[in-house]
Amino acid sequence: MTTDAATLPAARTGPGLWTRMMKGQTGPVCVMLIGLFVIWYIGAIFMNMPGQLDRYARAKQDWTVSQLVEATLNQDRPVLPAPHQVAAEMYKTIFATKITSKRSLVYHTWVTLSSTLLGFGIGTLLGILLAVGIVHVLTLEKSLMPWVISSQTIPILAIAPMIIVVLGAIGLKGLVPKAMISTYLCFFPVTIGMVKGLRSPDHIQLDLMRTYNASRWQTFFALRWPSSMPFLFASLKVAIAISLVGAIVGELPTGAQAGLGARLLAGSYYGQTVQIWAALLTAAFVAAMMVVVVGLFEKRVLERMGVRA
Amino acid sequence: MTLQAVVNNVAPMPASKDVVVDIQKMSLTFQTADGPVYALSDVDLTINRGDFVSFIGPSGCGKTTLLRVIADLERATAGDILINGVSPRQAREDRAYGYVFQAPALLPWRSIERNVTLPLEIMEISKEERVKRAHDALKLVELNGFEKKFPWQLSGGMQQRASIARALSFDADLLLMDEPFGALDEIVRDHLNEQLLKLWARTNKTVAFVTHSIPEAVFLSSKIVVMSPRPGRIIDVIETDFAKDRTLDIRETPEFLEVAHRVREGLRAGHSYDD
Repeated sequence: MTTDAATLPAARTGPGLWTRMMKGQTGPVCVMLIGLFVIWYIGAIFMNMPGQLDRYARAKQDWTVSQLVEATLNQDRPVLPAPHQVAAEMYKTIFATKITSKRSLVYHTWVTLSSTLLGFGIGTLLGILLAVGIVHVLTLEKSLMPWVISSQTIPILAIAPMIIVVLGAIGLKGLVPKAMISTYLCFFPVTIGMVKGLRSPDHIQLDLMRTYNASRWQTFFALRWPSSMPFLFASLKVAIAISLVGAIVGELPTGAQAGLGARLLAGSYYGQTVQIWAALLTAAFVAAMMVVVVGLFEKRVLERMGVRA
Repeated sequence: MTLQAVVNNVAPMPASKDVVVDIQKMSLTFQTADGPVYALSDVDLTINRGDFVSFIGPSGCGKTTLLRVIADLERATAGDILINGVSPRQAREDRAYGYVFQAPALLPWRSIERNVTLPLEIMEISKEERVKRAHDALKLVELNGFEKKFPWQLSGGMQQRASIARALSFDADLLLMDEPFGALDEIVRDHLNEQLLKLWARTNKTVAFVTHSIPEAVFLSSKIVVMSPRPGRIIDVIETDFAKDRTLDIRETPEFLEVAHRVREGLRAGHSYDD
């Protein structure tokens, strides 16, 4: 970014703030964000306007345009809440409430996050084990692969209540059934990615291991596993995001007492759109953070594997 | 072993200890969707300890396949093959040879040193010993000082040298090389040829070397096997007697040109220039 200044020592000033911002990611991301907010505000005004006009009519109240706009952006139960309302709700429920309280979004996030992570862990393990089996045993490839693929053609919304009910009947409630739904969703990308990854070594590399008379396990640990790392991390990024979706979906059919899914459900029962949006944005933020964490982990691992920076 | 007895009856060998590779009437046919492909037909070949044998011929003549049969990467469909007096499979399980492929095939996530120690890890040799042997092997190919570098930090020629060091690291007496310098430019190739020759003279290993370059074959070999395609077969075996410490200068000598001429004649007789 400073090459301009370095190559042109005579120049009085470096590139301006605007140029520097637009060169990296910061500038474009900010512009996009501002654009989104503008569209959001305009949308909020127009979507909440009919309701507000009704209210004025019923109260036989006079109004000016500025009053109308202000009112549409500050309704109690707007069709589309304005960003600042969502922000205020999030501040109130995240920072201004004790985290042990049932009104705290941190509490609900943790409930969802714990089953997300449990499901993600089990799903990843299951996905890897399936891939290892499929790559090494021809029978498994022929028998298992069609099932792995067809498992994902069943709508999760249809199967989630059944999992909850069935597991509930055998006494499993709360964390585990939700984690199972996450597992069900997130093992799939891991299996598909790892089958591809474990098969990624060249013929020549496999021949090389053969000339050393390496056992299957030696070939696995020295060659197949390290070769599959880029594939694993690509899969994990998808898996962890849909794992969160699975946990939230798992909270819906039970009318769950806690969790982001429960907040969404309660919000829609009582028309608390601000609460819905706050839970929604929190979920999105948590998903993004988890993907970032996987990305950082990937960077560390690949760096240790000597991948070109 | 009965197989050995049979082979000894058919063709009595002088002091079998000096024969490293003994191939009798070997054929290999690949069954493909378009019908059988006769990759090798009726091959007889003996490689003695300390030989530097080159296989030369046009593509499709089965020279790489022959090397892969010796390495037990392909199985012959007929004939007898003995490596150090045992079957190719047994020889592979004994780790009787080091194999150098057309590409370096280094594992990109391992440093050069850890690439060289890979076979030693698989053979479950102690870490101390591994590092020592890697050091020695890298010194043989003049790559000492590059232990901690990763493959992508090395040039193509250096990567191929590292892969030779890897094949040398467990000190097998037989070195099988499949066009190891085929992808390198002329100057690098000349340099590596000289280095390889020095290595051969110093270690007294047996080398089987696949190439499609006539000068390379003549310069390196003590024995040149000329092959021809469709079906892959041996049409001439030429013994040379250049000094072990020869340099690239011998390529200008009449003897060298004479051998090169005979190789070319052999290739022509096998209709290698038809198409």
